[in-house]
Amino acid sequence: MATADGKEAAQGLRIVAPPLTYAVLMLGIPLLTILAYSFFKDGYLTIVREFTLENYRAVWADPIFRTIMIRSLSVAAMVTLATVLLAFPVAYFLSFVVTPDRKALWIFLITIPFWTSYLIRVFLWKVILGYNGVINSGLKSLGVIEQPLSFLLYNTGSIVMTLSHAYAPFAILPIYVALEKIDRSLLEAGRDLGESRLMTFWRVTLPLAMPGVLAAVLIVFIPVIGDYVTPTLIGGGKIPMVANMIQAQMLDIDNKPLGSAMAVTAMLVVAIASLLFLLANRRFLRVRQ
Amino acid sequence: MTPIADRKPMIECRQVQKYYGDYHALRGIDLTIREGEFFSLLGPSGCGKTTLLRTIAGFEEIGSGVVLIDGRDMRGVPANVRPTNMVFQSYAIFPHLTVAENVGFGLRRDPRSAADKARAVEEALEMVGLRGYGRRAAHALSGGQRQRVALARALILKPKVLLLDEPLSALDRKMREQMQVELIKLQRQVGITFVLVTHDQEEALVMSDRIAVMFEGEIAQLDGPEALYARPASRRVADFIGVMNFLPARILGETDQAVTVDAPGFGIVEVPSRNVSRANPGDAEPTVGFRPEAVTLAPVVGRGPERAVDRVTGGVIEEVVYYGDMTYYDVLMDGSARYDGIARPVRVSMRNLFGREVPDVGTRTRVIWSPGSLVLFR
Amino acid sequence: MNGRFQGGGLRAYAILYLLFLYAPILLLPIFAFNAGTIVAFPLKGFTTGWFVQMWDNAALRKALTNSLIIAFSASILSTCLGTFAARASTRFRFPGKGAAIGLIMMPLVMPEIIVSMSLLVVLLAVGIELSILTVILGHTLICMPYAVAIMTTAFSSLDKSLEEAAYDLGETRFSAFRLVILPLVMPGIISAMLMCFTVSLDEFIIAFFLAGNEPTLPTYIFSQLRFPKSIPVIMALGTLLVLASIVLLGIAEYFRRRGIARTGAKDTGGFL
Repeated sequence: MATADGKEAAQGLRIVAPPLTYAVLMLGIPLLTILAYSFFKDGYLTIVREFTLENYRAVWADPIFRTIMIRSLSVAAMVTLATVLLAFPVAYFLSFVVTPDRKALWIFLITIPFWTSYLIRVFLWKVILGYNGVINSGLKSLGVIEQPLSFLLYNTGSIVMTLSHAYAPFAILPIYVALEKIDRSLLEAGRDLGESRLMTFWRVTLPLAMPGVLAAVLIVFIPVIGDYVTPTLIGGGKIPMVANMIQAQMLDIDNKPLGSAMAVTAMLVVAIASLLFLLANRRFLRVRQ
Repeated sequence: MTPIADRKPMIECRQVQKYYGDYHALRGIDLTIREGEFFSLLGPSGCGKTTLLRTIAGFEEIGSGVVLIDGRDMRGVPANVRPTNMVFQSYAIFPHLTVAENVGFGLRRDPRSAADKARAVEEALEMVGLRGYGRRAAHALSGGQRQRVALARALILKPKVLLLDEPLSALDRKMREQMQVELIKLQRQVGITFVLVTHDQEEALVMSDRIAVMFEGEIAQLDGPEALYARPASRRVADFIGVMNFLPARILGETDQAVTVDAPGFGIVEVPSRNVSRANPGDAEPTVGFRPEAVTLAPVVGRGPERAVDRVTGGVIEEVVYYGDMTYYDVLMDGSARYDGIARPVRVSMRNLFGREVPDVGTRTRVIWSPGSLVLFR
Repeated sequence: MNGRFQGGGLRAYAILYLLFLYAPILLLPIFAFNAGTIVAFPLKGFTTGWFVQMWDNAALRKALTNSLIIAFSASILSTCLGTFAARASTRFRFPGKGAAIGLIMMPLVMPEIIVSMSLLVVLLAVGIELSILTVILGHTLICMPYAVAIMTTAFSSLDKSLEEAAYDLGETRFSAFRLVILPLVMPGIISAMLMCFTVSLDEFIIAFFLAGNEPTLPTYIFSQLRFPKSIPVIMALGTLLVLASIVLLGIAEYFRRRGIARTGAKDTGGFL
């Protein structure tokens, strides 16, 4: 029971110990190992434990890494923009139009695809967009085209398309939660004070929903940058993103220090991009409801 | 019945201190609650009343001091073996159990047979007026019913002390008033010491044998309801319990029986010594106080005062607030402005007797009062 | 009038959006039952042959067994660990709580490639051989945040006085937990286990890098994607996988709602 503070703290620490130990062993130590490796030298098939910044110098000097990093960032930015813009009206609909007893059902419907095999969903886009895929064969059998369209697959556009589809539900939920928190009388107050429905949305609803939008942006942006499956399947391996490069460096080329330096660099870039984004939008985060 | 003062002590708190980090929640509580007493801890939120109750229950450990229950030192005795049971503010009815399972929850370790226990549960339910409700699901009960289940569940264990943490605050007004009466009856029937925590002064006045008023971790006054209402120990207590008018006063003289003061509107009055409180903060000016119902208004033309001690002052009604059963009047008493040039209307309440007309704003009136209805804080 | 129109427009958009979400998945059963050997229009007629072929495939059966073992173990482990974390975070104040829970929840926002690569590096360095055991370890890590999220909702909808009441009525701290808290959060536990089971069953990256030579369903699917003639079987397998996910999630949702109804809390909807 709630006894003296020290006792409660000790009890809390005891209870959190098993999952925390697990997370430290399986995530904390591995991440620190990667960090350590990134400062070591690569001997053939071994790692030479000598401090060096050479890996980072190599990473930044590598034009391929730069190209791939920029590609990953721009793909992630496009995917984020598409998902968040497409998701907002759905979240708005869920929060403001759907009656309370139907909300759980709608949310369930929207989240189901998210929980089904990611690999299968990505692969299905390959089936849809492929040379002999659903679109091409469908259009051909309808007589619209003579020859299959070859520009559908294996390009950045198809990667963006597939990832936008895969991460769609991620964007809806945080925006929905933020919209749900808005006190409905605020909107009535906005209308009462003479604003049109549209201006009330612009001046009241949207600013109050911004924390959810920002969360949605980050929740899509971060995992998309690190996506491995889509560039492999939809890009056909010809348009790698940063995850593919890290994996290749770590396993295929087996230069773990350089791969680690890439991983750390990529994480830093993502972290800095996210922080800059939050900083640019910090005024929206001050709102407390 | 033995008078409360002669009964044996059931709960004794001696210099109980409690800190939450730097926050001093209980500042040396000294308190004796006697057997079979209906005792209330009254105060605003954050005054430490709930902390004190939970300290008695054993949910909070005390920093220093001693709590004795029935003469036994409770240091190191955990809540589950203390001879106390609690009715929680939220009632804490187990939602996955039936009413009977809730009431019988504490009998799990009881060596009696299942049939005996079932009978005990049925009796406890009958005592709180829920006979036949045993098989119902607990989460389907109304607020008042949950409250009764919580009572039955605690009383079935025949504790020496029943602790009630704001038990009526979740109920609507009608239900609350009904439960107040039922709780009093129940307490008389079982004869167990009840300790009630409440922020509602009316509730405390209605139900308790004695009340401890608490502010900021300290007991400001411990008295019976009537004494507490009529002779509050400080301005703060007076302000917290009911409505009171406060007027500045000059002390002119003092004898064994009375203190002579000059107060606006009342003029020179001898306030009886029993109405004088010395618990005023050090540098505060002397203040005279009186309850709105302690004085009476009478038409200018008509019968005079009925008792010899009564005195009469003229006045003008400045505001009328009608409440149905009663009316509040703000009255500017003659000569009140002469005191220091400031006009101070006082609030007077009158029952609306059938057929009596409520006077309008601006009506001249007579204020009938006696020195015994004034209290002096010095 | 205006409001209704706006609602109608939004509803139409939301339905289109749902169609967009489900359209690819709807292709699965279409081609799983299509007699043609290539996945293309026009359809060639109805067959259940792909399902039969799937069942006769020994490699696939092996992958299924592995996946089930992994998902079963990982869901139990991660729910146990997640329950501890959720209990600690909802009920106790202790120093470093934010950081501790943050680390436990981190796999949710970490790219899986980073999680799997760093874990792989450590496993190789320590000399642990890759097997389904290492996949279980990885899946437990990434499932844990889901379990924590579900169990946190389950615990925080509980009134703290329930536990105190049980204690006050003579139970010990442990028996109060067993008699009151555990039955009330049981729907949450079941829901969390089903959710973790689904996540593990569908997870690809960690299984791909940490399984060594052992196949799981997703890695088996990945290995077959190169062979056009295997695609119809993959469609059949995908149909069953998606179906399994939906059924598991449906049951999880049922238990989640029952848990909420039991504790009398308000349904805020959704898993996250």
